[in-house]
Amino acid sequence: MLKTRIIPTLLYKDFGLVKGVRFDSRRAVGSPMQAIKVYEMRGVDELVFLDVAATLADRGPDFELVDDLADECFMPLTVGGGVRSLDDVQRLLAVGADKVCIGTTAVERPEVIDRAAARFGAQCVVVAIDTRTRDDGTTTAWIRSATHDSGRDPVELAREMEHRGAGELIVTSIDRDGTMTGYDLETLGRVTQAVRVPVIASGGAGSYADLLAAVTDADASAVAAASIFHFTQQTPAEAKAFLADAGIPVRR
Amino acid sequence: MPRVALIDYGLCNLDSARRAIEENGGQPYVVTSGDRLGRPDHIVLPGVGAFPDAMANLRDRGLVEPLRDEVLVAGVPLLGICLGMQLLATSGDEAGGAQGLGWIPGTVVRLQARNGERVPHMGWNEIEPVAGATLLEGIASGTDVYFVHSFHLVPDDPTHIAARTPYCGGFVSAVHDGPVFGVQFHPEKSQKTGFRVLANFLAM
Repeated sequence: MLKTRIIPTLLYKDFGLVKGVRFDSRRAVGSPMQAIKVYEMRGVDELVFLDVAATLADRGPDFELVDDLADECFMPLTVGGGVRSLDDVQRLLAVGADKVCIGTTAVERPEVIDRAAARFGAQCVVVAIDTRTRDDGTTTAWIRSATHDSGRDPVELAREMEHRGAGELIVTSIDRDGTMTGYDLETLGRVTQAVRVPVIASGGAGSYADLLAAVTDADASAVAAASIFHFTQQTPAEAKAFLADAGIPVRR
Repeated sequence: MPRVALIDYGLCNLDSARRAIEENGGQPYVVTSGDRLGRPDHIVLPGVGAFPDAMANLRDRGLVEPLRDEVLVAGVPLLGICLGMQLLATSGDEAGGAQGLGWIPGTVVRLQARNGERVPHMGWNEIEPVAGATLLEGIASGTDVYFVHSFHLVPDDPTHIAARTPYCGGFVSAVHDGPVFGVQFHPEKSQKTGFRVLANFLAM
């Protein structure tokens, strides 16, 4: 049986890993290489590495950095942040990324998704959908590191991206990011129902129960979390044990 | 230290495979065209990408004939990984269809959901090795390895099946025939279990 993945997310800015709250006020928390070595030792299921400064700085990925990190990473690695072209995708795959995560570009120039899927296969094209709920209760997808409202309905955007060839979606609640108050299960559930590709829950996990809820209540294929693994005593291994006790298949 | 030819056809994440071969005591060298194949002790055909592009690139780079000579004539062990395994088939359905290497007779088709499974098949799932699968020696049935794919190889000859995986009604996750080996999962990303597969391969 396919296992539910528990995925630590590493947010990178300037020279180190940072902790974000609602995509903002990111403070430094350590070196990415050190984090990767620790997670490698602990045998986590997969890692997501996001360069959160690239898009706003209007630059592409730091290929040399990803090359160094991937050399020490013998587990699946998804890399995102500042991916703007087919060439960026190719170079990230060449230096060791297994999957490439595309957000802003997927909304602004969606043909990049078609072309990347046709050339490299859908399985390595991950589209990031970052959502925020307005005061009137409507939820939309935001881009450019949560600075710009695309006005797009996340469900409709998810369907379009699946159709264009995205092999996986990572759905992040900007409102919940870093708050450890639980995932936005409502939006997540609507997206998982609308598509047949795997969906990663992201943004807001504060406890093992939050991870479980994303699987049982919103049918997520994987759960991503940053703060709970970096800032609490909770670990991916204990999270697995918790999910296993609740009857969710996890890798042992 | 075994010299391992790592075939580069312009699409794949060579770096992960290169590092994992090094970690398991192999000495990888990257081969971008047929005239640079040399005399390897082992050959690894990694893979990310679409089937037709991959075959076209193998041909354009003059790799098909030299690989055939080394593997099928000289008997040098070859390991196809993911798309690299699929390329061993006679033909593939992906993106309009194309002829494959034909070393493991069979076709490559898309995974079909039976019970609402999501495709691509992405993440950790079990392998059930058949008895006598030397590539998977020491790996217990039910051990998890990492998959990321939408297509799978259906061999014509059941004796070519080295392992199965229970997803979308069950599919063949490893094949073997003499010096030809293929795995649908990614040993270079499957941590301890993956390294065991690579170590088994390099010991052949």
